[in-house]
Amino acid sequence: MSTDHARTVSQICATYGNDATRLLDICRQVQGTLGCVDDDSIDAIAATLELPRVEVESLVTFYSFLSKQKKGRVVIRLCNDIIDRLLGFDQVLAAFSEELGIEPGQTTADGITLETTACIGMSDQAPAALVNEVPVTELNSDRARLIVRELRRHMDPRRLVTKLGDGNNAHELVRSMVWNNIRRHSSAADDPSGATAGPRLILSPNTRPEAMRKALSISPAEVIRAIKTSRLRGRGGAGFPTGMKWEFTRAAPGTRKVVICNADEGEPGTFKDRVLLTERPDRIFAGMTIAGYAIGANEGILYLRAEYAYLVPYLEMVLRKRREAGLLGPDVLGKGKQCFDIRIQMGAGAYVCGEETALISSCEGRRGDPKNRPPFPAQRGYLGLPTCVNNVETLCAVTKIMEEGPASFCEHGNQQSSGTKLLSVSGDCLRPGIYEVEFGTRLSRVLELAGGEDAIAVQVGGPSGQMVGPDRFDHNICFDDLGTGGSVMLFGPRRNLLEVVHAFLEFFEHESCGYCTPCRVGIVQLRLVLERVMAGRGEPGDLDSMERIGKTMRQASRCGLGQTAANPVLSSLKNLRSVYEALVRPAELGRRRGFDLAAAVHLGEVLAGRQSTHT
Amino acid sequence: MAKPRIATTSLAGCFGCHMSLLDIDERILQLAELVEFDRSPIDDVKRIAGRCNIGLIEGGCCNEENVAVLRHFREHCDVLVSVGDCATMGGVPAMRNLVPLSECLREAYLDGPTVHNPGKRLPDDPELPLLLNRVYCCHEVVAVDYHLPGCPPSADTLWAAVVALLQGTPVTLPYGLLKFD
Repeated sequence: MSTDHARTVSQICATYGNDATRLLDICRQVQGTLGCVDDDSIDAIAATLELPRVEVESLVTFYSFLSKQKKGRVVIRLCNDIIDRLLGFDQVLAAFSEELGIEPGQTTADGITLETTACIGMSDQAPAALVNEVPVTELNSDRARLIVRELRRHMDPRRLVTKLGDGNNAHELVRSMVWNNIRRHSSAADDPSGATAGPRLILSPNTRPEAMRKALSISPAEVIRAIKTSRLRGRGGAGFPTGMKWEFTRAAPGTRKVVICNADEGEPGTFKDRVLLTERPDRIFAGMTIAGYAIGANEGILYLRAEYAYLVPYLEMVLRKRREAGLLGPDVLGKGKQCFDIRIQMGAGAYVCGEETALISSCEGRRGDPKNRPPFPAQRGYLGLPTCVNNVETLCAVTKIMEEGPASFCEHGNQQSSGTKLLSVSGDCLRPGIYEVEFGTRLSRVLELAGGEDAIAVQVGGPSGQMVGPDRFDHNICFDDLGTGGSVMLFGPRRNLLEVVHAFLEFFEHESCGYCTPCRVGIVQLRLVLERVMAGRGEPGDLDSMERIGKTMRQASRCGLGQTAANPVLSSLKNLRSVYEALVRPAELGRRRGFDLAAAVHLGEVLAGRQSTHT
Repeated sequence: MAKPRIATTSLAGCFGCHMSLLDIDERILQLAELVEFDRSPIDDVKRIAGRCNIGLIEGGCCNEENVAVLRHFREHCDVLVSVGDCATMGGVPAMRNLVPLSECLREAYLDGPTVHNPGKRLPDDPELPLLLNRVYCCHEVVAVDYHLPGCPPSADTLWAAVVALLQGTPVTLPYGLLKFD
């Protein structure tokens, strides 16, 4: 290792005070500076931070944005999410590959790496890719070739952006081609009165200090009571009552407590948090500050997924302005009641980090391994401190509730699910984008709004949610019926639904941390049986065996990822069984249809130089 | 009434399960009273002569002949039982599934440190059944009715299972017969 190299690594460690809990940031910066975290860097980091080497190495190999192999100066990460696949991923990848003269996973001599990655939160403008941190959207094979040619000229991903997106995407600190695609329920031309425009709570214009002034004028217990009165439930998907979570964290012993905003938005097909981070960051940060006041926390962490790194300079600016305005800092609003500040913790590409205990591990500078519960984060979370983890949208709702009072919030939605929900609609429809709907809205209404009435199936809640067919389109979007963290993917009449299920299983196979057997092995077994069925070699018993494997995974896996990884199979078997049944046939003469003697003996024939007499 | 017929075979196994069957000791006389043995290494009959009530399979499938025999058993037996870990899971022979077939053969017949093979020929005698790309357990190839785990299943396990099948009572083996540590 050159001395320069070693100095760089030790300087980066020093920037973070040689603090082992910032290991993830250190590795991210080493990756950014040197293009890799190789064995020498791992040694140097381990020595400087006095950590076992294996801890550093296992972190580097865990996150997909870190690598031991040297990457090019420019890394193109093409999103391989199912929606992208339906809209031309294969062609775009082939074009990139051909123009660069390399296969995915390789690096050109002039320093461009081509990779594929899980959903980057751009499903409404797919196919999309990240070029270093810069999102490029609505790709086709032609645009892919142009991008490569242009990169070869200047190697500056930022210069790929010529047309800017709407709203703050055009802000000078963002300068991105991403569009918000916030959809109204009807256009102004159709309905000038705006009566059918639908509610706007989360997406309503933000009145900056209003909510916080109101919150700090009452006691923390009263803030929690207001949130409880609003019946707000977590928007990330699980739907835990927010007020109750705050109460537990407040009641937990200890003087140092933490608020974490989960902006890891990794569920494929979800992108509403990206829009909130772009358009309503003040509402998010106000929500965190109010949460901090309610539970007695002085520290806030925004855990931002690596895919949204292009928003960091802008978000840092918003935080700076809030500090200048006294909305963050040692004495919030000058009332002598609260000291609170927020730092941004970047992720490094790991779906499982959206799970709150894995997210906490990641914030602590570790691999994003889920932790055993109990103890729950409210008792022992980040660094063992009582911690409250809330979704971006939940915190926006908090601010809105403080702005307007819980009663007006409850006017929307139904008894079990109050307020509105942001839906990220993508796939086969005319108007993909963000829709704010009241809880209790029928799925068929959402399809109508998006112009996707001819869907043959809808995936509600992302891969870990459920796939429903037309016979359930009259069900409602709410926690007790069709629950969703926001992802709604539409599949039109020409789509092969089993390919969709297969893509979801591949996704989970890639993202499983491999710690527990039901998840690690179960996903692969499900995929193998599904592949047999798709190849027309399935038997009716295979469907039962998939159900059995799926139920075992649901019961026996360690964290939410494994517990829900079988959902694409289980829900499609339940709701769209005929798709499977059309492909399976009973075995004849007791011979398993999945066994193909000719294929199994082919290699033996080649090696022995003669034909089998049994086939 | 004719005696129930029973057939047994060893595919990609080591005959250990058949040895375990012989370990039922003097109960073998009782078994001979109870059943008629059709095809089996015990009586050296090579083809199944008539419809059998029970087929016991030792070993999984590593070559084309194993597959043919297993299918023959499936067609001629009412109840087919996978006996032992090789039949139920592939067992020791399936350890080769971690290595591609061509590499296995190269190491065994060409490159291994103790190999003497001046002609550099892989075994290709037409009498030798062709190998499969990997070792398959029985229920991957045909439908199997019962699985008896163990390496080998103990004589008492085999006895209890066969008697239950012959008497038409449920095959519920006590925990002691299914635990191996």
